Amino acid sequence: MTTLSSKTAAPRSVSGWRSAQSKRILLTLLGWTVALVIFFPIFWMILTGFKTESAAIADPTLIFSPTLESYQAVQERSGYARFALNSVAVAFGSTFLALLLAIPAAYAMAFLPTKRTKGTLLWMLSTKMLPSVGVLVPIYLIFRDTGLLDTRTGLIIIYTLMNLPIVVWMLYTFFKDMPKDILEAGRMDGASTLQEVFFLLLPLTLPGIASTGLLSVILSWNEAFWSLNLTTSNAAPLTAYIASFSSPEGLFWAKLSAASTMAIAPILILGWMTQKQMVRGLTFGAVK
Amino acid sequence: MRLARHLPVTTLAAAIAMSGHAQAQTEITVATVNNNDMVIMQSLTEAFEEAHPDITLDWVVLEENVLRQRMTTDIATGGGQFDVMTIGTYEVPIWAERGWLSPLDSLPDAYNEDDLLTSVRDGLSLDGTLHALPFYAESSMMYYRQDLFEKAGIEMSDQPTWEEVREWAGELHGSEEGLAGICLRGKPGWGENMAFVSTLVNTYGGRWFDEEWNPELNSEEWVSAIQFYVDLLNDYGPPGASSNGFNENLALFSRGNCAMWVDATSAAGKLYDGNESDVADSLGFAPAPVAETPKGSHWLWSWALAIPASSENQEAAREFITWATSQEYIELVGETQGWTSVPPGTRESTYANEQYTEAAPFADFVLKAIQDADPTDSTLEPNPYVGVQFVGIPEFQSIGTQVGQTIAAALTGDTTVEQALESAQRATERTMQRAGYLD
Repeated sequence: MTTLSSKTAAPRSVSGWRSAQSKRILLTLLGWTVALVIFFPIFWMILTGFKTESAAIADPTLIFSPTLESYQAVQERSGYARFALNSVAVAFGSTFLALLLAIPAAYAMAFLPTKRTKGTLLWMLSTKMLPSVGVLVPIYLIFRDTGLLDTRTGLIIIYTLMNLPIVVWMLYTFFKDMPKDILEAGRMDGASTLQEVFFLLLPLTLPGIASTGLLSVILSWNEAFWSLNLTTSNAAPLTAYIASFSSPEGLFWAKLSAASTMAIAPILILGWMTQKQMVRGLTFGAVK
Repeated sequence: MRLARHLPVTTLAAAIAMSGHAQAQTEITVATVNNNDMVIMQSLTEAFEEAHPDITLDWVVLEENVLRQRMTTDIATGGGQFDVMTIGTYEVPIWAERGWLSPLDSLPDAYNEDDLLTSVRDGLSLDGTLHALPFYAESSMMYYRQDLFEKAGIEMSDQPTWEEVREWAGELHGSEEGLAGICLRGKPGWGENMAFVSTLVNTYGGRWFDEEWNPELNSEEWVSAIQFYVDLLNDYGPPGASSNGFNENLALFSRGNCAMWVDATSAAGKLYDGNESDVADSLGFAPAPVAETPKGSHWLWSWALAIPASSENQEAAREFITWATSQEYIELVGETQGWTSVPPGTRESTYANEQYTEAAPFADFVLKAIQDADPTDSTLEPNPYVGVQFVGIPEFQSIGTQVGQTIAAALTGDTTVEQALESAQRATERTMQRAGYLD
């Protein structure tokens, strides 16, 4: 019986291995297809930036003689550096502020929950469901009266508020997945709450905090509605820079693509450099 | 000792002089759209700043719709973020009536206000007072390829009719590979397909509203005009006509893919420029075609510079807009950028300038089209509104865009012309009722 079963088991395991292999190949292919579909618009935009204006609107082709004239035109017309500096300041400034506010909030919710914690979390997230344009006029009036229009401080405040619910949610999930015993052990050893946070919680959940921070930076970097509506020139970030190349009259696709490539380049590079941490952070605690 | 004694006085004087200089330096923020004429204006910033050392210019360039929304928010809330705004003939009377724009009376003699074309000036005035100064103005006309017309033995009439256009389009369509008989706007939007469609309806004898503000979108005239438009574009238009706006048609025509094109006169300079256009040598011009009536067959639009009442730098802003819309500026552009690049359609003197008329053979057509367009009398039957290709009421932006979408649906065959216009009529009635025009 044993011999028989081992004999029948062997071909099964080979076919099982084969089916597992083909499943893996299929999944890899699917993964690549999805990735290519997602990346294609970016690839096409980068390509269009190297075309002439007339080539940009001609029938789509991968073969053309590349030119830097759109980049030159974009560079001549407006100061990229000023807009880029504003983007860096508001994206990192708002992320820092959001983390500063969200870490204590998420700590309290994860380790000292009350019966209203879940409700509070849901309520925080529900603020994201309101279309931004619904609060444009009140926010504009508040900014006008407080002198925050067209200032980086104003934009940092609005981005912080915009990202805070997501940042709190993500940190809450990461903190909740951390074994409480470690914190308790620290407390037994006489650590204060601050020490507990700084020496135990933060180092242990650093991948999660880093990926939350990165997500917040990306969201702030790409945000266009508030940056277009609350800034004019002093605090205008790269989203306003891109918007200035769209034209109602005349050809603009190549210049717009060149400007967009320049605008996304820093965040794309940052994303590439940190993708390991991002994935690690986003899947942190997913498998126990 | 002497120096030491005078040092505090000298320092104080220098400090006062410096602070005086710092105070006198005014920075004005100019909000504008990104088109060729505005890019040229931006590139001449230095010329203005050299002539006005106490003023510096700061530019905010945005896409037209974003700019419109951004400026509306600011001006309605008195945000004071902009000192100069680029707005069109549609907004000026509406915003002026609400007190959002500074009246531009008592302009300096050197500005020569009487030199402005009357129809353009009237379009930017409220109760006879200018509230914005015209930067450039345009009407609409027909462009055609003379080489194709000659080859087919077709002679362009002095005043073409739409029936003739249909006939010619049929003859020329497909006579070369990828050639469309006619290109027209199809992309939905009150400033896109509806600008053209309104002029077509006008010349077919239709109007947006009767004298009591009742919409007339399901009238016989509208149905005939829209049926004609849909058939013409479907039979002889380029593929995907419903997604073509001004830019797309400009590109198609300049690459030689259209035998005829009816659109803004401001395209003439671009089409006539051999560097930008493949059809510069064979370019022909004709007035916009007519049907039942010549009234309202071509539009009138101008981009103008206005000063919001909330601006804190009224004087400096006025200095700038009087410079940017002056005869002196037009000459500066002609001399530095070439005469076909001057902002057209605003001043009589531009058309009296031989250098310009020699460089731009389309100048007379443009001038006549602008002078002929009368926004106060643009339809066969009387109407209660001002505007040729738009209706000068705040509700028109949403009405125009909604109707534009239903007409685009008829163009793509998603609905019939009758159904589209019935639904447009009902939607417009609802909007007008809500706005209090109708009971």
